[in-house]
Amino acid sequence: MSVAVRVIPCLDVDAGRVVKGVNFADLRDAGDPVELAGRYDAEGADEVTFLDVSASSGERETMIDVVRRTADQVFVPLTVGGGVRTAEDVDRLLRAGADKVGVNTAAIARPELVSEIADRFGSQVLVLSVDARRTTGDVRTESGYEVTTHGGRRGTGIDAVEWAERAAALGAGEILLNSMDADGTESGFDLEMLAAVRGRVRVPLIASGGAGKPEHFVEAARAGADAVLAASVFHFGQLTVGQVKDAMREAGVQVR
Amino acid sequence: MRGGDVRGQAAQVPPLLPDGGASAELNPRPAEPRGRAGRPSVVVLDYGFGNVRSAVRALERVGARVELTADHTAALGADGLVVPGVGAFAACMAGIRAVRGDQVVERRLAGGRPVLGICVGMQVMFDSGVEHGVQTDGLGQWRGVVEKLDAPVVPHMGWSTLEAPAGTRLLAGVEDERFYFVHSYAAQSFTQGHDDAADPRFVPPRVTWSHHGSAEHGARFVAAVEDGPLAATQFHPEKSGDAGATLLENWVRSL
Repeated sequence: MSVAVRVIPCLDVDAGRVVKGVNFADLRDAGDPVELAGRYDAEGADEVTFLDVSASSGERETMIDVVRRTADQVFVPLTVGGGVRTAEDVDRLLRAGADKVGVNTAAIARPELVSEIADRFGSQVLVLSVDARRTTGDVRTESGYEVTTHGGRRGTGIDAVEWAERAAALGAGEILLNSMDADGTESGFDLEMLAAVRGRVRVPLIASGGAGKPEHFVEAARAGADAVLAASVFHFGQLTVGQVKDAMREAGVQVR
Repeated sequence: MRGGDVRGQAAQVPPLLPDGGASAELNPRPAEPRGRAGRPSVVVLDYGFGNVRSAVRALERVGARVELTADHTAALGADGLVVPGVGAFAACMAGIRAVRGDQVVERRLAGGRPVLGICVGMQVMFDSGVEHGVQTDGLGQWRGVVEKLDAPVVPHMGWSTLEAPAGTRLLAGVEDERFYFVHSYAAQSFTQGHDDAADPRFVPPRVTWSHHGSAEHGARFVAAVEDGPLAATQFHPEKSGDAGATLLENWVRSL
């Protein structure tokens, strides 16, 4: 394969500041997403993702400035997600310098949003985020996976694999599959769920949730992920992007 | 129609610039084309599409004096013109025509003045593009049709290697590096035909191919072309980190 599997650090940003302390030794400002994005770029990140977790639209305004300043300094692709509800929101982020925009909850409520964005800006700008978990209790879906909202706290009863397939058909250029079961466990990505979605969608697939060790990234690539995303292991300095890539390279996975 | 560059051809072309100055080969440069700092001037064509901010910043980073505009005088007079583009071929062509960018490109190339197309800005240099069964005319500088990629995973999104031709100037020093692609369509053939191919002055275009080209990963496609004053990349040099910066620097230095 000639396309490298991408390693993508994700930064949670609240009102223009990085959430959770970041454990780089010599940062001037550990809370500045622009400086951190630059650091990840220097470490060899293939893309950088910002997830805006701001509660209010006013705070989201600051994200535009963060994106603008990042795009001025970081010359790898930048994806911004969080609170994107309309094609206008997408337009503002792209104009500020984002290359791709992540859409999650708003598309569940109104799937047409996916095609509205794809028709206007092209599929390549649209990353559909799917927060999915294994079904439990009375909830049943054909694939055994369910879409959740509110950070995994609320189930929707929607089949996660079907939703990914439908979103790709509507024009999503990429699927970010985040396992709410694996998230925070650091015990590895949900490989079965990855394989289930991989079997049904042809657009690139980003694995998210559960990364703890370099081997986990290798496993995700082998399960069919085109890219692997992680937040806390990179933030807290447990792993560097370089270590992850070394492990992937040694395992025969193509990386940049 | 291009498909090769005949050196010296510019001299036969009537002056087209508003100031009456034609090509760099024909006339000495106007009084101050390179600005006070001696840096080449580049216009990034602003027609409402493309990650123009990134392109502007990446070009500035390698020493160009960059203006984002659709103004004809500026676009014709700059040392280099960049045609960006993302999204749909048809929409980009409509945008380019709306600002009469087609004429700007035609005039610059007729005068031997450099143009760099990026992503869909490269695709539109071909005869046409086909999306969802609808064919749209391109700028027709090169023969061929831009079509949907036939690969297991589409869009082709990520960092890929290239097969650069011997003697490449654009990719000098970064022939073996990976560049960032994001696209679902591409030109999958390149016709080298040129009526003046027997002309000793004829310099054939240098074509860089994607490193694909297997049943497993789909047909190979045109990743970059260097054709006299017209250069183009299917990938995004402005998003390709240091390798992309080197490519842009190679281009800016050639201006």
